Amino acid sequence: MTSLKGTGKLIRLILRRDRWLLLVVVLWLAAAPVGLADTYQSQTAAERAEYARTSGSNPTFLALYGPLHSETAGGIVAQRVGAIPLFIGLISLLFVIRHTRTEEQAGRRELLSGTVCGRHAGLTAVLSVAFLGNLLLGLLVASGLSQNLPGSGALAVGLGFAAAGWMFAALGGVAAQLTENAGGARGIAIGSLGAFLLIRLAADTGGPGNDLSWLHWLSPLGWVTELRPFADEQWWVLLLAVALTLLATTLAFAVSSRRDIGAGLLPARLGPAEASPALGGPLALAWRLHRGLLMGWLIAFTVLGGVFGGIAEGVGDMMKDNKDLQNVFSRIGGQEGLIDSYIASMMSLMGLVAAAYSIQAALRMRAEEENSRAEYLLATGVSRLRWIGGHLTFALLGPVVALAVGGLVAGLVHGANMGDVGGELPGILGAAMVQLPAVWVLSALTLALFGLLPRVTAAAWGGLALCFTLGQFGRALDFDQSVLDVSPFTHIPQVPGGDFTAEPFVWLLAVAAVLAFAGLATSRRRDMGAA
Amino acid sequence: MTDAISVRGLVKDFGPTRALDGLDLSVATGEVHGFLGPNGAGKSTTIRVLLGMLRADKGEVTLLGGDPWAEATELHRRLAYVPGDVNLWPGLSGGEVIDLLGRMRGGLDKQRKNDLLQRFQLDPKKKARTYSKGNRQKVALVAALASDVELLVLDEPTSGLDPLMEEMFRQAVQEERRSGRTVLLSSHILSEVEALCDRVSIIREGRRVESGTLDEMRHLTRTSIDVTLEQEPSGLDALPGLHDVRVEDTRVRCEVDPDRLDDALRHFVALGVRNLISQPPTLEDLFLRHYEADGRRSGADAAADSGANAGAGR
Repeated sequence: MTSLKGTGKLIRLILRRDRWLLLVVVLWLAAAPVGLADTYQSQTAAERAEYARTSGSNPTFLALYGPLHSETAGGIVAQRVGAIPLFIGLISLLFVIRHTRTEEQAGRRELLSGTVCGRHAGLTAVLSVAFLGNLLLGLLVASGLSQNLPGSGALAVGLGFAAAGWMFAALGGVAAQLTENAGGARGIAIGSLGAFLLIRLAADTGGPGNDLSWLHWLSPLGWVTELRPFADEQWWVLLLAVALTLLATTLAFAVSSRRDIGAGLLPARLGPAEASPALGGPLALAWRLHRGLLMGWLIAFTVLGGVFGGIAEGVGDMMKDNKDLQNVFSRIGGQEGLIDSYIASMMSLMGLVAAAYSIQAALRMRAEEENSRAEYLLATGVSRLRWIGGHLTFALLGPVVALAVGGLVAGLVHGANMGDVGGELPGILGAAMVQLPAVWVLSALTLALFGLLPRVTAAAWGGLALCFTLGQFGRALDFDQSVLDVSPFTHIPQVPGGDFTAEPFVWLLAVAAVLAFAGLATSRRRDMGAA
Repeated sequence: MTDAISVRGLVKDFGPTRALDGLDLSVATGEVHGFLGPNGAGKSTTIRVLLGMLRADKGEVTLLGGDPWAEATELHRRLAYVPGDVNLWPGLSGGEVIDLLGRMRGGLDKQRKNDLLQRFQLDPKKKARTYSKGNRQKVALVAALASDVELLVLDEPTSGLDPLMEEMFRQAVQEERRSGRTVLLSSHILSEVEALCDRVSIIREGRRVESGTLDEMRHLTRTSIDVTLEQEPSGLDALPGLHDVRVEDTRVRCEVDPDRLDDALRHFVALGVRNLISQPPTLEDLFLRHYEADGRRSGADAAADSGANAGAGR
């Protein structure tokens, strides 16, 4: 087997490069379920029945975690760890691509092939590490859970984790053969993971035994839940997982032995030989550079809006069943008031996410400067202000579109749930849009840093982290109001439900304008370039 | 003839480091000017001041008759720049980059673009992320050479090209010269500068140490002589202006100062010459003399060097 020569050396190389990463990931993923087992083991039967009736049958929980197969402590733990196989799958496929296609694209595989390594050594090495690593993770989880829970169920949870890792490591191995570009391979592999997730969501969200439950069998992530840990384990499902793993591994090797080093099975996508007439200036270029980022964030905001809107009604339901909560919240306006304050706080969170997008978009400017592309562009007839303007368009208007989409989706979903779209939508959309002035303060802060302290432009993330901490934990930690006031989000009125005044908006917009002006004025005068 | 580029006493500091220390540079309109120096000598810094990316701390800089800092945008429409390390936008195709840059300069000669694409064997449909270093450089070169501009600023433009493509590049620059454009070519590939440039400026540690035509510079530099005589040589020690003398039986190899060449030849002829090879100083020699000067400055060498430098200073 000369094609496997050097596999051992490459395994050592992989372990050497990623030892800390592997250690942290395995321990972190193994520790989470064990902690949960402690919590649920100490609950009474009545508490577990309560969990099964509420969280265990809530559509959002079912979508996120999968079905609840048993009302025992083990059954609840098995549901609550239901999202972990997704992460194991994601990490496994990224890991395999990182050590195959990324290496190949960087030319390092060619370097090694010229020395002692056979053509299959790289793929064999990384798959071996991935398979054994996932098995180790599974056994750690099983032994951790079996301290408190029945052994066979614990083993089923652990092997379910391992199986998810095996299947997506092997699928990652296939994806790595397909494109010349590691980014393309990642896209294919993550895309298929996402599609399998959606299939599982569709199967589970309607609760056990609904019309779409059979979809489970079309998704490897569904198979993992069909192992049914702690509920008469269906061990034979593991055979499906092993079969898929073997099939995908065989396919990866088959493609690998037929293609040239450096080539992909799918041809690299070509672009146009000439620019379209529209591609003629810095704004058109900025659109090309930002559109992928914008689309990604719009998808994220659609999902976020759907989740926030979907849960809002449940917040009301939760109170219906719980007399104590009802008493607490009747003081702040009853069920209506509760939903309103929930929406206001969710939209404030959405505002922070929009600010993250804005900062990321504005930082592209600094990235362009650091990799010298800005210099190349500015050596043409484009002025600095027009160049900055192109990127700023997306940093400032991108969040407008994103918040509008998020608010719209949340309003539609919640309105549909309440049977009153016309009544709910405007309030929720408005609650999303009022976040903008606070978002823009952080965009303008990024621009000011870019002009005044270009080397630490990324410190804008620190500003966002501060706003997040003050907004989410500030009151709980009893911070003084003057400290809370540092965050622009503190000044956004609580709508719907609260009083709306224009004054804070004027102030926030003024602060944003001053910061933006300082940034523009200084970035015109300073030295440009990577240094 | 006016100067396309004129720099006098340019100083640029980066914190405590002085990158340019009173640099002078003049490039006449219509000439191909070689800008030579090792890494870190200040070539790229000078170019970035000329492009208005960096603000000069001291000194006068004029580019195409304007101030490169204050009038950057207007001046940039009249020039094209090729960076030494070309980074392109990964999602754009090569053809898109070329057209985009052309449109943001003064315009693009489509005929010339297609001609250059063919000569450089560049596929404009490929996405920039899939280009090698050499191909990215070709994209930048095609974009610059096909642009309708007066001045080309090329910062080590051939560092990623193979020899065949280097030859293509040389031909293209010769055509630029014939069509009357000014070229500033920064390089440390001496053969390239020798083949292309009308005049050369050599810089070192942020200062110009030498400038002129290659002929003028050669005049200041030693000729290397490899002579086989009819008898074993004698009296070489008494001859002034001879350096690095190596004697094997009747064969003598040495370097001769330009003003002592006549004396040396008379001496050899008197001894009887059987075979003589004489080589003009290459730019390489010239270059090395400036960069090695500090390292082996002693005795006669130092005297000769300071003489040469005084001459060059003019």
